[in-house]
Amino acid sequence: MRKVVITGIGVVSAIGNNAADFWASLVAGRSGIGPITKVDVSTMRFQNAAEIKNFDPVQHFDEKNLLWLDPFSHYGIVAAREAIADSGIEFNDELRDKSGVITGSCLGGKMTEDELYYKLYAEGKQRHQPIAIPRAMSNAVASHVSMEFGLTGATFTTSTACSSANHAIGQAFWLIRQGTLDMAITGGSEAPICFGNLKAWETMRVVSPDTCRPFSKDRTGMILGEGGAMFVMETEESAHARGAKIYAEIAGFGMSADAHHLTMPLSDGAAKGMRLALEDANLEPQQVGYINAHGTATPANDPMESQAIRKVFGSHTDNIGVSSTKSMHGHTLGAAGAIEAAATVLALHNNLLPPNANFNEPDPECNVDVIANEARPAEVEAAVSNSFAFGGLNAVLAFRRVRN
Amino acid sequence: MSDESVATRVINVFAKFKKMNPEDIKMDTSFDELGLDSLDGLNLIFELEEEFDIMVPDDKVQSMKSVHEVVEGVEYLLAHPEEQPTNAVRPSA
Repeated sequence: MRKVVITGIGVVSAIGNNAADFWASLVAGRSGIGPITKVDVSTMRFQNAAEIKNFDPVQHFDEKNLLWLDPFSHYGIVAAREAIADSGIEFNDELRDKSGVITGSCLGGKMTEDELYYKLYAEGKQRHQPIAIPRAMSNAVASHVSMEFGLTGATFTTSTACSSANHAIGQAFWLIRQGTLDMAITGGSEAPICFGNLKAWETMRVVSPDTCRPFSKDRTGMILGEGGAMFVMETEESAHARGAKIYAEIAGFGMSADAHHLTMPLSDGAAKGMRLALEDANLEPQQVGYINAHGTATPANDPMESQAIRKVFGSHTDNIGVSSTKSMHGHTLGAAGAIEAAATVLALHNNLLPPNANFNEPDPECNVDVIANEARPAEVEAAVSNSFAFGGLNAVLAFRRVRN
Repeated sequence: MSDESVATRVINVFAKFKKMNPEDIKMDTSFDELGLDSLDGLNLIFELEEEFDIMVPDDKVQSMKSVHEVVEGVEYLLAHPEEQPTNAVRPSA
């Protein structure tokens, strides 16, 4: 079976608008959570999010293209360009034929729809520019990246709420491993900061009034975040042939469904996802030294995820550093798996495990070794990144360290 | 506002939500006894917000797990309007 490796990373996030800045913030434990500025939330029950800062789309897109792009596409496309440049790949016709773009997004162009509906319903406008449909479609990032680089292989978008990006990355991995593709640009992006969507989250009562404290006993819920992350994936053979830098091997992918409840997660389903990812990767639990947790900081997720980790890793759980980097970049929904895969891959590559910020107090219900507030140097052989979605859909990625 | 007591109106909201006879719902009936899970609870709180034109803060929701706890919570919020965020208005686009 072909080995698949990651040779390019691009990130746009609340803690950095490129992969280097993102990583620097992560290891410093620097949180990007703060007051929401893009929408007036003065009358809402929550006021904070992890917003992207100092990102001007005009610097990245010409006027004609800008008209057709929702912010979730800005983040996805800019991250894809960075990943492709980082990989050093030069496409030729043969490679374009066997390269695809596989992206995840939960909301797609929600900001575009929000604006459209406001004009129709609130302002009573009868007409709107003919841009809403192509801007808002969830596959917009996959389509734009495929057009920009002329990639004509399997290209599509997955939408499974908070697991969207992990499902996308997992499909890209398998398509390369089985030979359908030779190269994939894959990841996810999300732009959830619009009034309608914030109100919808407000009614779910899972968003914290202050900040995101995963696994900490005093946690008060999740914090929404914006962003995108994309990867260049190819076979180990092609990476070696062109002398490319390899960040890590993507070694395994596991999926499961809780078949239980729309919003209450079940540890059996999460555990099954992790177990299948390890089996797919040919990894023993003892080889795993880091878990980038789903860790939303809701009352329900963190104890459930801790139990699931214990079910899979048994007593070895005590030797695994666990962190939820959502404490810094927020919960980016359909982009979460991608941004967190970037954190996981960079952790393996740099022998440094990013911390779980805002950790104040251990919770006996969350019996895992949380990397509290400070990055932890560790040469880890393999790492796992979890995504668990509303609706009980779980997607888990496993990565193996590669010595260049 | 109608002349009905808060308790009667709360029980009527529960009865309508669960398609039950109001007489079968007592003050000490719990969410569990009514078969309400967490998501049903959220929807029920929304129905109460509509009925009483109030906004229930997140931390108050945690203490509403039975009919009498809901009645006490609603009465408190009606008496302390300053603890409710005002009805949100869409800001300019």
